[in-house]
Amino acid sequence: MALLQISEPGMSAAPHQHRLAVGIDLGTTNSLVATVRSSMSTVLQDDHGHSLLPSVVRYMPNGDVVVGHEAQAQQSTDPVNTIVSVKRFMGRSLNDITDKAHIPYRFVDGKDAEATRTLQIQTRAGLKTPVEISAEILKTLKARAEKSLGGELVGAVITVPAYFDDAQRQATKDAARIAGINVLRLLNEPTAAAVAYGLDNAAEGTFVIYDLGGGTFDVSILRLSKGVFEVLATNGDSALGGDDFDHRIYCWVLDKVRESSTNFAPLSEEDTRLLLTKARQAKEWLTDNFEAQIVCRLSNGTLVDVALTAPQLVEITQHLVTKTLTPTRKAMRDANLSIEVIDGVVLVGGATRMPHLRHAVQDYFKQEPLTNLDPDKVVALGAAIQANMLAGNKNDDDLLLLDVTPLSLGLETMGGLVEKVIHRNSTLPIARAQEFTTYKDGQTAMSIHVVQGERELVSDCRSLARFELRGIPPMAAGAARIRVTFTVDADGLLSVSAREQSTGIESHIAVKPSYGLSEDEITDMLKASFNSAEIDKKARMLAEARVSAGAIISSVTAALTVDGNLISDAEKQLIESEIQRLQLLTATEDATAIHNAVDALNHATEAFAAARMNASVSRALSGKNLEDIHL
Amino acid sequence: MAITLTQTAADRVEKFLANRGKGIGLRLGVKTTGCSGMAYTLEFVDEMHSEDVAFESHGVKVIIDPKSLVYIDGTELDFTKEGLNEGFKFNNPNVKDECGCGESFTV
Repeated sequence: MALLQISEPGMSAAPHQHRLAVGIDLGTTNSLVATVRSSMSTVLQDDHGHSLLPSVVRYMPNGDVVVGHEAQAQQSTDPVNTIVSVKRFMGRSLNDITDKAHIPYRFVDGKDAEATRTLQIQTRAGLKTPVEISAEILKTLKARAEKSLGGELVGAVITVPAYFDDAQRQATKDAARIAGINVLRLLNEPTAAAVAYGLDNAAEGTFVIYDLGGGTFDVSILRLSKGVFEVLATNGDSALGGDDFDHRIYCWVLDKVRESSTNFAPLSEEDTRLLLTKARQAKEWLTDNFEAQIVCRLSNGTLVDVALTAPQLVEITQHLVTKTLTPTRKAMRDANLSIEVIDGVVLVGGATRMPHLRHAVQDYFKQEPLTNLDPDKVVALGAAIQANMLAGNKNDDDLLLLDVTPLSLGLETMGGLVEKVIHRNSTLPIARAQEFTTYKDGQTAMSIHVVQGERELVSDCRSLARFELRGIPPMAAGAARIRVTFTVDADGLLSVSAREQSTGIESHIAVKPSYGLSEDEITDMLKASFNSAEIDKKARMLAEARVSAGAIISSVTAALTVDGNLISDAEKQLIESEIQRLQLLTATEDATAIHNAVDALNHATEAFAAARMNASVSRALSGKNLEDIHL
Repeated sequence: MAITLTQTAADRVEKFLANRGKGIGLRLGVKTTGCSGMAYTLEFVDEMHSEDVAFESHGVKVIIDPKSLVYIDGTELDFTKEGLNEGFKFNNPNVKDECGCGESFTV
């Protein structure tokens, strides 16, 4: 029978009406999915008991797509078709990627220079956008969630970094759409971490979220007032993470080995990976122990056997810890806050388990950071709590958490200046209108250029969209009144409309973000996923046809051996030839032909089946008196 | 007769209650909905009603209204894992028939 979860008082769902919702942490290195069960937020595991899904997607030679650990294992053997850290490319054009030389992928710029400038990656499965690649990760998480919860999802809350701009948020939403996930809301990662710790239950406060992931470091300062989290400042280092600590230990081990052996050849790819893994294990072991032994044998026979103590680890990695404090200090300065006003520090990311890092954070903020939740899971747990509320599984008296716009939104005015319409840190959802006028006598059209950013010049801000308002009646300059409305929904996504006020004439306007995907592209991708559904269905039909063919062949063959004498040789030959035909067909891919051949064999054996029936009845009756037969 | 919890179920309920930070026990009940007559409900309890009947099993307070009790008296509540899914299961001796998925039943 179905398994039940405990509901809040009075919130029991009707049968088959469970509102299953999940929180998804779509990370650069790892992704997770969590849900609220019996009022408790828990991370869902896969069949092997793993909570973390490496955010790695590999396009296989046979057309399959593999996501997670399996894909990660092939990262070095098939780098071009194995995409890691795709999150870095979300909503980005080729020009935004500065370190192309160090990335093995074959980038292709979007086809239409103005309309879609999203970059694409050439894989053996064709051109893939970061959105499609992310969708593969989301699909895997969705499947895991549906398997764990035993039903279809109502929706999900997906987390994004606080500094993600509109294009990156839109790209994340598009990825969810392709994966067939209804996005209840996009939530800032630091906000999700704060929610996981229940900080939103406090009336107000200022919190620091210190997030050291596998490859990125982010620090955010949040202010909570009246149920609204406001991002005061964010900072970070996109090239600093737990992996750098592993690498530091790895280099240290190599130095030790070189000291003891004179002729040490450069390491093979495989040995590098092995040593890095050992380095990571040592780092994790030293969280709770004083000494870690690093032992392994390299492919050239060299035995590595060194001991690393906790104080040594501190010594060799302290500079990395210090490096995180620079962006932290900057964020504090940007927010114009002193350390005394910080009410809590939340640690996020597996690397924050390291004791010396915790001490450094504690020393800086002069208070003990919050660490009782698993730092790898805290973002997903918070997202799940929010998803549960949005899906309607909580009592009404719980406030819905609101977010704010991360950057100001405005439009270009004469001279390449920015006129801000919605200022940063406005609470969402929001709609703001502003009136503009014409610049020239008899001007009948106006070009509206929507930009995002804090700078005053358009060239320093990010361009989001352009559109034209046409059909303005010819008037003297400054007489027309054009009302431009900016609307940002709860996910932080923007739509802009414009209307000529003085005459009431409304022009029809469609705003398309210059990044992200067009409706058509999304439709195409959805279609592609339907197409593969068709392929899946065909494969299933074929498998079923082969099973039924196998069954009938074996039963008819058995019957022929036993009762073959009941029918004429001609009939027997016919049946045998049908069997042969069917056997040949089962080797083919044609499910319909196999089905038809099964039917044909059935038909050919009708007379034989009847004959067998008669024979067995007469066998049962022969030599018996009528009285002996109980009818 | 009574309503009982298995040790596993009781441990889970205690853990969930502790995590929730409030609540005095677990409420079992039946609702007359579903594709096969009645459906089980399972909720946290913040306050008892005057007519409620209470049992205690492995240290967990189990609360039920008398109307529901007649349909599920003698039930043992278990906590099990089925593949990746986990949750509570009603072993109800009164059940005559269940819908395919077991979410609703008749007595």
